[in-house]
Amino acid sequence: MSTAQAPTTVLARAVNVSAVYGGGDRDFTAVDRVSLELGEGEILGLAGESGCGKTTLGNSLAMIANPPLYVVEGTLDIDGERIDLTTLRGDGDLARQRKYRGGVVSMLPQGAMNAISPTLRVRNLVIDVMRAHDRSVTRDEALDRARDRLKMLEMPVRVLDSYPHQLSGGMKQRVITVVSTLLNPRLLIADEPTSALDVSSQRMLVEMLLAMVEQRIMSGVVFVTHDLPVLSQVSDRLAIMNAGRIVEMGPTEQLVHDAQHEYTRKLLSSVLDPTQETRSRGRNRRSHTGIGEGESL
Amino acid sequence: MSTVLECRNVTKEFHVAGSKVVAVDDVSLEFTGGDVLAVVGESGSGKSTLARMLLRLMPVTSGTISFRGDDVTHLRGHALRNYWSEVQAVFQDPFASFNQFFPVGRLLRRSLALAEVDRDEADALIEECLGYVGLTPAQALHKYPHQLSGGQRQRIMLARALMMRPKVLLADEATSMLDATLRVNVLNVLHDLKDDLGLTVLFITHDIGQACYLADRVAVMEHGKVVERGTTDEVIFAPRGDYTKRLLADVPDLKGSLKRKV
Repeated sequence: MSTAQAPTTVLARAVNVSAVYGGGDRDFTAVDRVSLELGEGEILGLAGESGCGKTTLGNSLAMIANPPLYVVEGTLDIDGERIDLTTLRGDGDLARQRKYRGGVVSMLPQGAMNAISPTLRVRNLVIDVMRAHDRSVTRDEALDRARDRLKMLEMPVRVLDSYPHQLSGGMKQRVITVVSTLLNPRLLIADEPTSALDVSSQRMLVEMLLAMVEQRIMSGVVFVTHDLPVLSQVSDRLAIMNAGRIVEMGPTEQLVHDAQHEYTRKLLSSVLDPTQETRSRGRNRRSHTGIGEGESL
Repeated sequence: MSTVLECRNVTKEFHVAGSKVVAVDDVSLEFTGGDVLAVVGESGSGKSTLARMLLRLMPVTSGTISFRGDDVTHLRGHALRNYWSEVQAVFQDPFASFNQFFPVGRLLRRSLALAEVDRDEADALIEECLGYVGLTPAQALHKYPHQLSGGQRQRIMLARALMMRPKVLLADEATSMLDATLRVNVLNVLHDLKDDLGLTVLFITHDIGQACYLADRVAVMEHGKVVERGTTDEVIFAPRGDYTKRLLADVPDLKGSLKRKV
């Protein structure tokens, strides 16, 4: 693994995170001793194909690993505090877990935009989220916070009165991103936030995330996706995962232009962007790949 | 090459909660034999509705569809079944297209039994068509859908479509759910089929990059209308319409960072 130069101020450092599915002797190791570091104000892109362990790593860092997923090893240093990722499992340490989840690390799970209750207006979701973490917050305080946040990000405040079905996919995804960062987490883990969106909505979400980091609503983002072009737009550094390990990590530009690891190069060469290069690759494809190309079966 | 499939002034209206939604609005397209035509557009632009009408899975509100010069807009019964054997489709979700309880072999043989192909012939045909997509009967037939990877499933759906020896293959977001490396693999298979079997492919996608890789011609849809059409080079590298330009501008560029632009 090649390591990138350390970011200037370290926000979070995860060391030796391992996660397994199962239990007993048929364990499947989904994340294998992964260590990574995130600088203050940094967006780290985590890329890889289905089944490489990127979502599992995200879940482990956000401490929402539930059986049959077990984090068997690993610590996370954030804000001068060392958190043992393995201890916060089950319901043993609920109070700490709650303080940590959403407050210190917030998770934007895959498909979050379809997980909003269809019978709740967004305002009620806001109130529920805020009060679940702090009972002393009143309804009005929660809504004030949400209104300020929406204004800050130049989004229409009227979405608070909408039901999910009244919002477009892109708008839903932006709203859910705003709601999940209302508690000012230090770190946001965003799992495939743009994958279900059209290119124009993707762009709006990416621009919003950049604005959120700039305004220090959160201090760092781990952006998990299989979509390399989106990542290359938004992230400062990229980490490429394959089979539970980070095979290559480095500044985005360096990695895109000068990938060292074979898997990274393969992934980059599979990107189809509308360029002349793709066009000619399509035309001359017989010289590049074959149907029976074994390993990508 | 001659025109294989053609739609003229096809319109589809839906009535939703008392109001009228025009999903496809006066679309005319021609599919030349042995070509790949990509229809690109964002969600809700009407591309899947158009595909379903061409497949005769959905009636048109107005307009005509013709296949090799014959009007097929209102075919029924046996004639419609014949049409379906000439025009086959592969859809987005390879998992939803399988019966989870049966192994692949049973699924493929059953399709052929329905088409009244006898058993020996069926086995030979299955082997031939699996060969087109780079699989062997031993790799696929005894397996259940969950034992196959997404790419394998999608390639088996392709093989199933090819067993009917279609003239036209309609791929509706057929590669959208696949990983990047698998996607290139399936696109390559489509490319070969076009070359080797002279198949006409209608490739529906929201991803302009894929259209750029595979298609000979591209039609761009917005709000049910075809707003731009032409050869791939014209549409992608010299777009005329504002919508196409905007769509292309929003495609994330691997080598350019938005961060630096903001």
